[in-house]
Amino acid sequence: MSEKKENKGGLLNRLLIENPVFGLYLGICSSLAITTNINNAIGMGIAVTVVLTLSNILVSAVRNYTPDDIHIPVYIVIIATLVTIVGMLIQAYTPSLYSALGAFIDLIVVNCIILGRAEAFASMNPIGPSVADGVSMGISYTLSIMAMSFIRQILGTGILSMSNPFTNAEIFSLRLIPEGFELPFFKEQFGAFITFACLAAACAAHKNHLEGASKKKGSK
Amino acid sequence: MNLFTLFISGMLINNIILSKFIGMCPFMGVSTKMESAVGMGLAVIFVVFCASVLSWGLYYGVLVPLHLEYMKLICFILLIAAFVQFVELFIKKNSPTLYKQLGIYLPLITTNCAVLYVALDNITQEYNLIETIVNSIGVPAGFMLMLCIFSTIRERLRGNDVPKAFEGNPIAFIIAAIMAIAFSSLSGLV
Repeated sequence: MSEKKENKGGLLNRLLIENPVFGLYLGICSSLAITTNINNAIGMGIAVTVVLTLSNILVSAVRNYTPDDIHIPVYIVIIATLVTIVGMLIQAYTPSLYSALGAFIDLIVVNCIILGRAEAFASMNPIGPSVADGVSMGISYTLSIMAMSFIRQILGTGILSMSNPFTNAEIFSLRLIPEGFELPFFKEQFGAFITFACLAAACAAHKNHLEGASKKKGSK
Repeated sequence: MNLFTLFISGMLINNIILSKFIGMCPFMGVSTKMESAVGMGLAVIFVVFCASVLSWGLYYGVLVPLHLEYMKLICFILLIAAFVQFVELFIKKNSPTLYKQLGIYLPLITTNCAVLYVALDNITQEYNLIETIVNSIGVPAGFMLMLCIFSTIRERLRGNDVPKAFEGNPIAFIIAAIMAIAFSSLSGLV
């Protein structure tokens, strides 16, 4: 019975509690810096997901041939190669995204999520589960930064909009807050910190709530 | 004067933590105690300085003549990882006491975005060697300053009555936001 319930709420709970950004505090730098609008967040999320999945595959493929002493440099070279390739692709096909993300594309190399997953999961598991782990971690990272950019863009500019990164043509644009009532505060650095704090607190509150509920059940 | 401006702007105005959000992980991780903040800060200054100057030399000495500029990311991160490993071995051999104090921070520095960021920034801004040296001291000095200020605030915070959901890191982000507001007023300085 309890197992069934766990499965039901499983996905949402995993997103909220084991969330790499708000639950484990990994990859904070990029999630604070590039979340001023949704386009950047989606672009960054896809780039990180691709690098994370491919690096998990490669790390898992070489896991039995890597000497223990130098495993970190080996993983870093794998990740840096992938990031260079992804960076070149972004620069070639979506130049506007490339200039918006700036240094943060290169800094995917030191995004703790990627090295963390390589170290904690891919280096010990076969390729199949590593791919699944890479994709699911990448998606929850993408959703987290999308949530953040959603809040910041709407409160900061009052407009929810998206554009095609290949042509720069606007797909849709929706004004949700009337002009003059938006809060530019949320576009600034401090807005990023506040948004992040509130979302992280919401995750923590949800976790506390679940723990409280299971404790009550246990005492009964 | 120009170099002084560069130093001040790297340290205070364009502070990497509060205005560029770089180096957040160690900022949140080791800022709970003053001693560890100072240790980490010194280690970061040393590594950033040496690694950036070496990367600058590597870029203009090797990569540019060979037209391999696109390899800079891979070369820089390898150089940083190798340098950190080397420093770790060197300290371990020559000064066991320093190793005990600093040892745990060194592996963390490899994945500290600040090191890679400064090395790459020196190249994208096209700094010459002297500007690179000044920038590579100013930026990590700003990192250490923030880390120390932040750790003293967090020490005071311990035992205070914080809403349960905000305990730990979320309240630290609120403090960071307030600090960012304070520091943003310095932006007219240069």
